[in-house]
Order: sequence, then structure tokens, then C-alpha cells
Amino acid sequence: MFDKKQMEEIETLKQSYEKALEKSMTRGPERKGEFKTVSGTPIKRVYGPEDLVDMNYNGMLGYPGLYPYTRGVQPTMYRGRLWTMRMYAGFSTAEESNKRYRYLLSQGGSGLSVAFDLPTQIGYDSDHPMAQGECGKVGVAIDSLADMEILFDQIPLDKVSTSMTINAPASVLLAMYICVGEKQGVALNKLSGTIQNDILKEYIARGTYIFPPKPSMRLITDIFEFCSKNVPKWNTISISGYHIREAGSTASQEIAFTLADAIAYVEAAIKAGLDPNIFGKRLSFFFNSHNSFIEEVAKFRAARRMWAKIMKERFNVTDPKALTLRFHTQTAGCTLTAQQPENNIVRVTLQALASVLGGTQSLHTNSMDEALALPTEKSVRIALKTQQVIGYESGVTDTVDPLAGSFAIESLTNEIQALAEDYISKIDDMGGMLTAIEKGYVQKQIQDAAYDYQKAVESGEITVVGVNKFQMEEEERDFQLLKVDEKVGLNQIEKLKDLRSRRDNLAVRESIEEIRKAAKDNSVNMMPQIINAVRCYATEGEICGVLREEFGEYTENIVL
Amino acid sequence: MTEDKIRVIVAKPGLDGHDRGAKVIARALRDAGMEVIYTGLRQTPEQIVDTAIQEDADAIGVSILSGAHHFYFSRIIDLLKDRKAEDIIVFGGGVIPDEDVPALLEKGAGAIFGPGTPTSTCVEWLQTQVKEKRSMELA
Repeated sequence: MFDKKQMEEIETLKQSYEKALEKSMTRGPERKGEFKTVSGTPIKRVYGPEDLVDMNYNGMLGYPGLYPYTRGVQPTMYRGRLWTMRMYAGFSTAEESNKRYRYLLSQGGSGLSVAFDLPTQIGYDSDHPMAQGECGKVGVAIDSLADMEILFDQIPLDKVSTSMTINAPASVLLAMYICVGEKQGVALNKLSGTIQNDILKEYIARGTYIFPPKPSMRLITDIFEFCSKNVPKWNTISISGYHIREAGSTASQEIAFTLADAIAYVEAAIKAGLDPNIFGKRLSFFFNSHNSFIEEVAKFRAARRMWAKIMKERFNVTDPKALTLRFHTQTAGCTLTAQQPENNIVRVTLQALASVLGGTQSLHTNSMDEALALPTEKSVRIALKTQQVIGYESGVTDTVDPLAGSFAIESLTNEIQALAEDYISKIDDMGGMLTAIEKGYVQKQIQDAAYDYQKAVESGEITVVGVNKFQMEEEERDFQLLKVDEKVGLNQIEKLKDLRSRRDNLAVRESIEEIRKAAKDNSVNMMPQIINAVRCYATEGEICGVLREEFGEYTENIVL
Repeated sequence: MTEDKIRVIVAKPGLDGHDRGAKVIARALRDAGMEVIYTGLRQTPEQIVDTAIQEDADAIGVSILSGAHHFYFSRIIDLLKDRKAEDIIVFGGGVIPDEDVPALLEKGAGAIFGPGTPTSTCVEWLQTQVKEKRSMELA
């Protein structure tokens, strides 16, 4: 970036700085002995040209929309279109959640994001013994297509894109969405959205797995294939680092483990006979936006550059659309405090801004009360408005990748990439991500980082305003929390009884047996059978039930 | 005379898969010299109580972030009563609004450690509780 003569002049000036620094330090030392990000990455006092001596603009940065996409996946970025303001929502019944979705759309939300309750996420109907106490608590209870129809009542699926946070039973919920579209007269090729469908991170950090790895990967590649052919606007997977970070990982681990998961998915799909130039276009990603602002911006840029390189060099992908890492971001839930909850609005604003400066394609901002409960209408509105203020008032969206060229940002982008590549290399040596998970390597790294973080908070090395510094003796919360009606479970059970009395049970039984047959044959794509069963109003629990019988259940590898 | 180590079960009942807190607590208790058995995910109340009794535990730490805290704390405490194991201390934490805590304490939970609680608070509380319990048993 600077020629030899300039670098020499800079080095000379630096010596003057070092002298001035010495004087300054004797007058008053710095606030800490060492400055580190929340990930433990050391942060230098001053970054300068000497940190970017090897910077090659074309090769390492390039232009937005050109390889290696460090500066953005698309030439105009937010000048063309702002990120999608996609607020994760769902609780209680389909009726309640539908109301919330229509509220969010009316307030300027530009896409939907469905949160399902735990029984739904784990393939249990609301009347299953394991569902007791859990119905509707962390998301909406969906037992069958009947519930799904209510969920999207008055929501046109040809105009609204929907992301569904569903993993092990993703095929079933995708089938339901397709059937709702059918009923609305919306063709498959017009449906737009995403399913999370990322089982590896469930084993690592999130816990809503059902089946063991092999059949789970089969279901995932079946979805890749089905959607490539039939639902071209659908993002078939949202390969996630968010939860890995929430579980306590560092920033570079978040990227490393996400991309290592992605490598495993691409390998599985290629093994299943699919072309990465095709399915690669509809892979998407999901990252966390945490507290160390500068590191977070750098992290997103590093991820883009790394993925482009991986797809190009490891998998020989040539289609540019399959080289670009498109991602959704959620602000870090684990940073929200129960104490002085209004402070969370400020935290979320900074975290949201970091993701925008990092070039996210879509964004969820947490609400201030989420350390304690699901958000109320008011708190979710503030969270959505946060995005609108950033998007429409801050001006950062008027130029692409404004922080590029910053000595600190580019140094950290390089550094995070180097650290992440190191982890991926280790995982490669172990035999890939599936083996690394089996061995407990990934889980242990995350837990160690989580424990280090906790120790740093308890020692005061990391400050949490309102919790370990600037606490209040007594706090009075002047707003209400959302409460989910305990009767949701009972209501769902009644609905199920009613459904089973109205539907063609013979057709349901036959459709379940068709799923069983398909499950037994690895060469068969299971999506058509699943869609057919869903159309007959087979319940999610019935479909997952037969899959549990055929595929077995995953046993947790307990790593402490 | 050496004191027997405090034995604690750290449990994840129900379908909630968020285990960061449970694992951090388990580790902190272990670092404080306790014997910790971490149950892993998807435990039924029956499994948790069985484990606690089999392992001769002094306490069960319950981690719930799914909003199902009333249900699971009640079930666990009722089962301990049924099995005449009420001397096992029940405590916990997770995503539990403050207004829900009194009901849990009334039901029989010893303490609920909400978000932001230092692990040392939990450790010290447990050490005190078990000490008291043991001295009462001796009396």
C-alpha cells in the first residue's frame, strides 16, 4: 500500500510516537495491562501501515460483488436494497403468532422469521408426553398443516419471504409451507424463504436433534436436490454460527466451525451426486453479532473471503453465485442482561450496526426483555425500529463497506481468517467435522471458551454494565413481560383430536407407509412422500415418528 | 477428619437444548471441589430424580431456559417427596422471570440463580446449605 520510501518515513515518525507514548504512560498508565476483545483477541494500541504491508487490494479486498467478495456479495449492496428486516417471532398458538407476524409486517418488517416451540422443533406433537409444559413457550406450536394454514392467514406467500428456524424436521415444515402456498395458488417456483436445516450445529451447540448424523445428512441433501429442481428461490440451509457463538465460542471459532460444517454439507451433497455450482447458490449462512464491534465487522468480512476461497479452491466451483456467502445475522442473545434491561436497547443497536457494516443480507435485532421472556409488541417494535433508524437515518448504507481500508479492520479481518483457517485445518486433519463432533473436539473448544469468558466477567476483566459495574441496589421494572398461556398445550391437544376425526385416516396411514418405504431406500428423494403426507394432514409427530422408527435417534455425546 | 465432598447433579430437564450455563455451573462447582454429575439433555423428571438418588446426591441443580420452569421444578420436587428424598436440595437457574421465582421457592426450590449471578454466589450458597443440612443430620 505504501512504497519502501514511505514506509521508512512512517517508521521514523513511529519512533517519535513511541517517545511521546513513553511520556504519556509515565504521566498516566492505560486503563488495563492488556486490551482484548470478548473473544480474547489482543487489540493493539494503534494499527498502522506496517500492519498491512502484505495487503494486496485486488487479491484480498477487491470490489463488492467480485471475488473474493470481502467488501460485499453484490455491487451496490444497501444502495440497491437494504438488508431484510427479519424479526424472529412466534409463540403460543398459530393464531397468536399470525397476529404478531401481521403486526411486524405493518410496522415495516420486510420478511418473516418463524420460531417454533420445542416439541415442534423436536418432531413431537403437542399431545406427546415429552411435550408437557413446553407447548408454545419458545415459539409457535405447529402440529399439522391445519396449524400452518392459520399461521400464514392473510399473508401472501408470493409477496412475503419466510425464514423458518427448524432443523431436524425441516423437511416436514418445508412441506407444510409448500402446501400452504399451494392452497394460496402460489407456484413452487415463486416461494421465497429459508429453512435453517443445519443439523451439525444442533449436535454441537443447540440440542434440537432427532436422528443420527447419516440419515440427517440424507434428509438435508434430499432437500438441496428437491429445491434446486422445484423451489429455485428457496435457501435450503442456513449454516449457523450464531448458536455456536451463543454457546460461548470465540469469534474465530464461530467462523471456523460454521465453515467446517458448511464443508461437510457440500461434501455430503457432492457425494449424493449433486453439483456444487447449482446447490451452492442456495446455501446461506447465519452469524452472531456480539460486543467487540471492530472484531465483529472484521469477522463478517473474513467469513465472506474464506468461503469464496473454499468453494473455489476446495470444490472447484465456478458459478459466482455459488461462491458468495450470503448471511443473516442476529444480535447476541447471550449479551442481554436481566438487570437494567433498557441498556439492552443500546447493546442491540451497536451489535446491529456492526452487522450492517459487515454487509449482512438480513437481520434480527433482539428485544430488551429477552433475558427474561419472549418480547412484547412494544419491545419488539423498538427492536425493529432500531434497524430502521440505522437503515434510513445513519447514512452508513449510502456507501459500500465504509470501513474498508481501516488499518484496524483489515488487520483483524486477516487475523480472524488466519485463526479460523487454523481450526479448519485441525478439523480436516481429524477427518472432517462429523468426526470432530464425534470426538467432542468442537464442543470442548466452545465450552473452554465459555468458561474463560465467565471467569473474565467474574474477575471484572470484562465489564457488563449493570451487572458487574454500575449496578443498581434495587430495580423496579416498569414494563410487563410476555406470558404464554399455560392452556396452549390443552388447546393443541383438542385441535389434534378434532383433526384426526375430520381427516382421511386411511390416506394418512398409507402416506406414512410411503415415507417408511422411501426412508429405507437411500436412492429415493423423500420430499415428495413427505409433502404428500403433509397434504393429507398427517401430523408432524406422525411423520417424525415413522422417521424415528426407520432412522433411530441420536444419543448425545456428553462433553463436559 | 475430612468432609465428604458435596455431590451435585446438574440437570437439563425437558426439550431445552441450551447447556452453556449448566456446563459453566457444573465446572465451577467441580473447581470448588464438588463431585458433579452432569446429566446431559432431554432428561425426564423421573430420570433426574433416579440419578440423584442413585448417586447419593446432596443437591440437584436444574437448568431451564425454555419457559417450562413451573412444570419441571414442580415435578422434580414432587417426585423427591414421593421417593422420600426431600433432603436433596433443589436449586436452579435459566430464563426465569423474577415474578415467577416466589412460586418456585414456595414449591420447595432452595434458590433460583438468575442471569448475571456470579458462579461464586452459587458455590457459596450450596456449600452453606449442605453444611447446614449435614449438621442437622448429625444432631
